[in-house]
Amino acid sequence: MSFRRLRAMFVKELHHVTRDSLSLAMALAMPMMMLLLYGYALSLDVDHIQSLVYDEDHTSASRNLVRQFQGSQYFDIIGYVHDYHTVERAIDSGKILIGVVIPRGFAKDLDGGSGKVQLLVDGSDSNTASIAMGYAESVVQGYSTGVRSDVINRNGTHPPGQIDARIRVWYNSSLESKNFIVPGLIGVILVILAGQLTSLTVAREWEMGTMEQVLSTPLRPAEIVLGKMGAYFLVGLVDAVISVVVAVTIFAVPFRGSLLVLAVSTCLFLWCALFTGIWVSAGSRTQVQAYQFGILVSFLPGFLLSGFTFSIDTMPKVIQGLSYFFPARYFVTIAKGVFLKGTGFRALWVEMLFLVLYGTLIFWRTVKKMNQKVA
Amino acid sequence: MRERLRVILRKEFIQALREPRMRFLLFFPPLLQLVVFGYAVTLDVDHARIGWMDMDHTPESRALEARFVGSGRFDIVAQPQSEQQTQQVLDRGQVHGVVRVLPGFAHDLARGRPIEVQVLLDGTNSNTASLISAYSQQVIAAYSSDVLTGQTKNLQTIKVDIRGSTGTHTMLTPAAPESRVWFNPDLYSRNYFVPGVAANILLMVTLMLTSQAIIREKEIGTMEQLMVTPMRPIELMLGKTLPFAVVGMVNLLVITGGALLIFHVPFRGNFFLLLFCAALFLMTSLGAGLLLSTLSNTQQQANMGSFFVTTPAFVMSGFMFPIRNMPVAVQYLSYLNPLRYFMEIVRGIFLKGVGISVLWPQMLCLFVYGSTILTFSAVRFRKTLD
Repeated sequence: MSFRRLRAMFVKELHHVTRDSLSLAMALAMPMMMLLLYGYALSLDVDHIQSLVYDEDHTSASRNLVRQFQGSQYFDIIGYVHDYHTVERAIDSGKILIGVVIPRGFAKDLDGGSGKVQLLVDGSDSNTASIAMGYAESVVQGYSTGVRSDVINRNGTHPPGQIDARIRVWYNSSLESKNFIVPGLIGVILVILAGQLTSLTVAREWEMGTMEQVLSTPLRPAEIVLGKMGAYFLVGLVDAVISVVVAVTIFAVPFRGSLLVLAVSTCLFLWCALFTGIWVSAGSRTQVQAYQFGILVSFLPGFLLSGFTFSIDTMPKVIQGLSYFFPARYFVTIAKGVFLKGTGFRALWVEMLFLVLYGTLIFWRTVKKMNQKVA
Repeated sequence: MRERLRVILRKEFIQALREPRMRFLLFFPPLLQLVVFGYAVTLDVDHARIGWMDMDHTPESRALEARFVGSGRFDIVAQPQSEQQTQQVLDRGQVHGVVRVLPGFAHDLARGRPIEVQVLLDGTNSNTASLISAYSQQVIAAYSSDVLTGQTKNLQTIKVDIRGSTGTHTMLTPAAPESRVWFNPDLYSRNYFVPGVAANILLMVTLMLTSQAIIREKEIGTMEQLMVTPMRPIELMLGKTLPFAVVGMVNLLVITGGALLIFHVPFRGNFFLLLFCAALFLMTSLGAGLLLSTLSNTQQQANMGSFFVTTPAFVMSGFMFPIRNMPVAVQYLSYLNPLRYFMEIVRGIFLKGVGISVLWPQMLCLFVYGSTILTFSAVRFRKTLD
């Protein structure tokens, strides 16, 4: 390995990067776009649940219950209707998520201890639906408790103690989606970017026929891939810095851990992601193939199997096992740990070790693949 | 004209499907996405791993523990004995939360004093945390309400039923919610996601492949050869887009088949309506692909460009993230997104079984969008050729 040859390759590749200013501009704008999109637009928090109320009972009891729904911050009652059909149509067209139906005789049944409230829920989005249902049930339960203590008070008995759940949330106490999405998103941004930039780099040279020229030089395969990687590493690093700065300043994501751990992990991860791209590229003769294959091995696992929005531990065991083969999983764990939990090297060294192992392995495979192609 | 069109179509089909590797790459990733979204991606929380820290050690505290386990939503995987261990299991992510029953729980319960049960949650994943918070509140509230009214009863024998409103509860809770869930009664995430995958794939495949196919000819220099043939621009355009429309449609069929056979996603609507709407949507995505090819010079630019189109379309389509939760400005912005309309159509047809009478506004939007972008890009495409 000669440093001079390596540098020459690096400079050549850097020219490629800077010459195509449109691609470079897009590469630098991408983190901003992703962060803005996911940070602002994306929220799994459920509030302002659009709902309709159909009160068949028209008693003070039923009106009291409706008032409880009005008072809840989670429900936006967009109207009161007088027939069942309107509720059905509103759910069909997706105008409302929940229809609250208080059947006739509610007040009477309440005295008998068997009042029923009907909640009609649009379950197509199961996540939103179950959260909304939880809120609705706790509204009804709260109402129910109120009624019961009224009854107990009237009977003159001493109201017994009540158990309250005291919920305390750690790491992300306001339970904001952005806090949990943005740190993981940095990993996704890097993996996509690395895939986009490198998956074409060798395939393009094959397609354009310039690979033969490179091969006729005394460059060794390891020098070729390292030189190529170096140029894109710079772009990736700039993007990583942009992402972290934007996350902390614009999105006010808490940063509790060590910057050093994050920096080292980012470099390790970029190495892994970039070499994965080059490996893919070295194995493909056309850019279309390289790109599609790149999506398959970097984008999809980075997005779906990294735990960035979808928690891995609810997945089936086979797929959980699969996720260990992709570096994105480790980096997302590190990023979330450093940002939100403030965990350091001691809790994260396993993930970092895996990144090192993966990086070594993929570098070795890439060099080998180049060797094969050259021969 | 027909002869020339036939020839270029043949050439493009051969080019797209020549290599076994390419065939694999055209049809395998959509299948993989289907499987991953069908099996893996779920926002449901079924067996939340929690730590149980019982500092009271009484029959009452154990009864509460039994409630948590019996609810079927919690798996107790750790029993931290100290503050430090609690910290540790949460830091390492071994548990999603820790429930702490403080000393004196049973004592205060008997005296009728207000009691607190502490639930510490890992909020890193805010979605999971809110679900677990809601579930644990339900369990504790149900236990509390049983204790309130039936203090003499044997606590262990009371049946727990959070969702429903069964006979055992009517005595204890004067008013109970009776939830009826429509369209997806079991609340499976996959019923929601899998139809959406079809819409996504259609966009990704057609947009990317179309723009790449054209740019590739430019980049390699074979575009000049095509231009010296008597081929007209419109024929070239059709030849470059139709094969990928076919590939997209085949993918749609494969995904629909997979959704029905593997995942048993309900299909309640009209299949031909789905195909028709897909064709409407293809006008937009192929048009966008053409447009992209006129704007970029290298395949790299085309790829990045298509990424810049598909990502916002994906995020603002309501595929994974409900549009109603977005800021109002973004919600309005999402009306510009054709994928949003197609997503609503696909889900409407699959899950709700609605027809043209409900979906016509979305279909109209797709048509207007598609014809505009197709005309615009066709004009531009001609210009770049001339």
